[in-house]
Order: sequence, then structure tokens, then C-alpha cells
Amino acid sequence: MPTPAFAFEDASVVVADGSRILDHVVTTVAAGGITVIAGPSGSGKSTLLRLCNRLEVPTSGRVCFAGHDIAGLDPLAHRRRVGMVFQRPTLFAGTVRDNLRVADPDASDGRFGDVLDQVGLASSFLERTGDDLSGGEAQRACIARALLTGPEVLLMDEATSALDPEARHTIEVLGRQLATDGLTLLWVTHDLDQVARVADRCVVVLGGRIADATESAAFLAGRDAPDGHDGHDGRDGQRRS
Amino acid sequence: MGSAVNIGWGGLAASLILVAVAVVLSWRLRLGLERSMLWSCARAGVQLLVTGWALTLVLKPEASIAWSWLWVVAMVGVAGLTVRMRAPEVPGIFPLAVAATAIVGVVSLGVIFGFHIFPVESRTVIPLAGMMIGNSMTSVVVAARRVTGELRDKRLEVEARLALGLSWQDASRPHLREAMRTALIPQIESTKAVGLVFLPGAMTGLILAGVSPVDAVQVQLAIMYLILGSVATSVTVVAVGLARRLFTADSRLVRLPRPVG
Repeated sequence: MPTPAFAFEDASVVVADGSRILDHVVTTVAAGGITVIAGPSGSGKSTLLRLCNRLEVPTSGRVCFAGHDIAGLDPLAHRRRVGMVFQRPTLFAGTVRDNLRVADPDASDGRFGDVLDQVGLASSFLERTGDDLSGGEAQRACIARALLTGPEVLLMDEATSALDPEARHTIEVLGRQLATDGLTLLWVTHDLDQVARVADRCVVVLGGRIADATESAAFLAGRDAPDGHDGHDGRDGQRRS
Repeated sequence: MGSAVNIGWGGLAASLILVAVAVVLSWRLRLGLERSMLWSCARAGVQLLVTGWALTLVLKPEASIAWSWLWVVAMVGVAGLTVRMRAPEVPGIFPLAVAATAIVGVVSLGVIFGFHIFPVESRTVIPLAGMMIGNSMTSVVVAARRVTGELRDKRLEVEARLALGLSWQDASRPHLREAMRTALIPQIESTKAVGLVFLPGAMTGLILAGVSPVDAVQVQLAIMYLILGSVATSVTVVAVGLARRLFTADSRLVRLPRPVG
């Protein structure tokens, strides 16, 4: 059995006020393709994603990347292997070139042009500032910036929820292209239609837990999860679409 | 010279006439500031009278200079408490503010007395330390609140940098720069405008006390440069120290609650 990209081993996240954001999560994310983490707002799916690049750490349990406990990896080097795109396009002040330089200060304009081309933007975008870009263009520039670190995995945290349908479509097509090129994508969304469009695999998170097969089916069918659920095996929540 | 600076209780009372005008204006315009104005005047009066009485004891020729140094230590402690009170939303600010003002005290007084700018006497130690620490304290409050606010309000931007593999130092640098500029600009501006619009306190005091304006200007310039250096030092210590506290060892930004109210 191949080593999964990520393995969550009884991982829980409890914040200072005692709220349990993730509750004994046990699941794996296979390398390659697009794995969607779906669930309603506030279910803990973004926290699950943030565990993958150590913007969060588990209060108990552990998260492994390619078989290694993330807690034992150099966080800065790890984050360059596991890129992240946020819900709102987060371009820094300055031009697109300035943004790309943050990710790779030594890269040439040629390299910047290549990565912009990869996300479907022309080299002329290098001179433009974030204010001159549409939401979709800005998000693609953010993906280009993330790709410059040469990641093996790209985490997409509701990366299209702030975009119009056309921009959302371009990001979904781009995501599929990146997966085809060999990148592993973890794609958080609460949009069930998007799950159907982009997911190779799907993990459903409900109330900080990995949903079991019945709950997942109910959620993905657009119905509420059955009440009275007690206990689960996280792996049951994984579906192939 | 004594008569030139002794305004007496009558003179002090007369200076309150303008406060009375301000209170009446506030009442007529329904600004609701009467109570605050009266309270601040009363409080300043009591604080300064007590300070003046204590200074009389400390500045007596027969008093040991150790009392003056003890006074400076107390100033540092009170500055730390004041900063904590004015910036309650900033986690762990008290030890940082104490460290920053203590460093300012040591460095600025070290320069002043090390280079013999002023003689080491009780009458120089306390007021000079007061000016350095007092001005630093005000800027430290601004810096602490701005650093925390910047990192809290621009969390997404900070985390976007962290997610690119940047260290906490690199990820926080643009925000620290912004916060430090905000904290330092008032001091820089007042340094630039000095003499054009207002005559600063030490110089005014010396001129009122009969010292020649040129001598007063020299003293004022030395003090102003030292204050600017002190403020810059304390702001840097607090901004960098606070940023260090707000990130974990593995470069994660801690959760920052919004200030209450």
C-alpha cells in the first residue's frame, strides 16, 4: 500500500476556550489527484487543512506527511513543500512580480513568466498590482506564487468561494490541470456542486469529526446528517466519486 | 531668578481660568467632557504636588543620590504598569514595557553621564530619566497596540507569507514596519517642528528661569536628540519583542482576541 500524502492519527484540536474544533480525526489523504474536504461552515475542515502545513498543530494525536510526523519536520521547509491558497486572494502590496519575489527572491522574470503561463496569465501581469486584477486573476496570481516554491501538495482553502462563477470555473480547470501534472491537491469546500465537479476523492467533516459512510452520503446528497451518530471509523468517510 | 519662577498659589489658581472656560464650553456644547477635564486637572495637580514634595526630599543636598536612582527604578515600574493599563489587549506587554523603558533608561542616562553632557546629580538624574522614560512610554503604548492590531487584522496576509515558507521575522516585517512608523512619526514630526511652532518644555523652563536662550537651546537640543533616540529604541524593543511573543517557535501566529469595547 503506497504511503499516503497525509495521515491524521487521532488528531484533535482544542482551542483556548475549550472548544473542540477537531475531535480524534483518523483519516488519510492519498498522494495525487484532488481530494476534497467537504463539510458545512464551522465543521473544522479548514482547521484540518491548516494542520497539513502546520499553520495549526494538533492538541493531541499527530499528522504525518509522506510517512513523517509533521511535528518533526522543519516547518519552513515543510511549508514550501505544501503550498496553500486562501479563501480570499491575498496579494501583498506591490506588483505581481513583487509578490512572486516573496516566494522566490532569486528567480528570473523568465521563471516568473513560466509560472504565470502555468496558471493562465500573460507575462504582462508581472507589472500589474493587485488592485488592477479581477478576483479570479488575483487568485491565479496567488496560485502562481504558491507554485514558485515547487510544492508537492497544494492546499486550497475555499479558494473559489469569493469568486464569481466564471472565475471559479477557471480555478477549477486550473486545479485539474495541476493535478494532472502530478500535484496533490487538497480542496476544502462547502459547495456540493463543486465536490461533484472537482473531487477524485472526498472526505466529509461534520462537527469536527470525519463523517462515516452514511453521514457522508447524506451530506453529499444535500441532506442533513442523521442524528444520534455515535462513534465512527474515519476511513468510512472517504469516497471515490 | 527665584522670583521669576515662583508663580505662587495665586498664579496657579489663575492658570485654571482657561480650564474653567473649557469646562463651560464643553457644558454649553454638550461635549460631555467636563468631568474628564476636571478629573484630569485634579489628578495632575495631586500627582505633581506629591512628586514635588518627594523631589524636595530627594534633592536635598544631604540626600544620597541612591534615592534618585531608586526613583528611576520606580519610574520604570510605573511606566510598565501604565503601558499595561493603556494596552490591555496586548498579551505579555508588562515585562516587555519594563524591559524597553529600562533599556532606554540605562542607554540614555549612560550617554548623558558617560559623555558628561550633564553632571551626575540628583537634580539631573530624575528629570532627565523622566523625560526619556515618559516619552518612550507613550510611544511604546502606540507601538504595542499597533503591532498587535496589525498582526490580528492582517492575519490572512501574515499567514499567506508563512505559508510560502517565510520565517516569522520575514512574515511580520512589513507589519512591524508599519506599526513602528506610526509610533515614531509623532516624535519625528515634533522634532522637525520644534522652534517653528512651539518651544519645548525644558527650553521654556530654562528661559523662564533666566538662562540665556542660546544656552537653553543647547540643553533642549541635547534632550530632544536623546528623547528621539530613546523613543526609537523603546519602540524597536517592544515591536520586535512583541512580534516574537505573538509567534510560536515553529512560526505560527497565535490567536489574538479583539480588544473589548
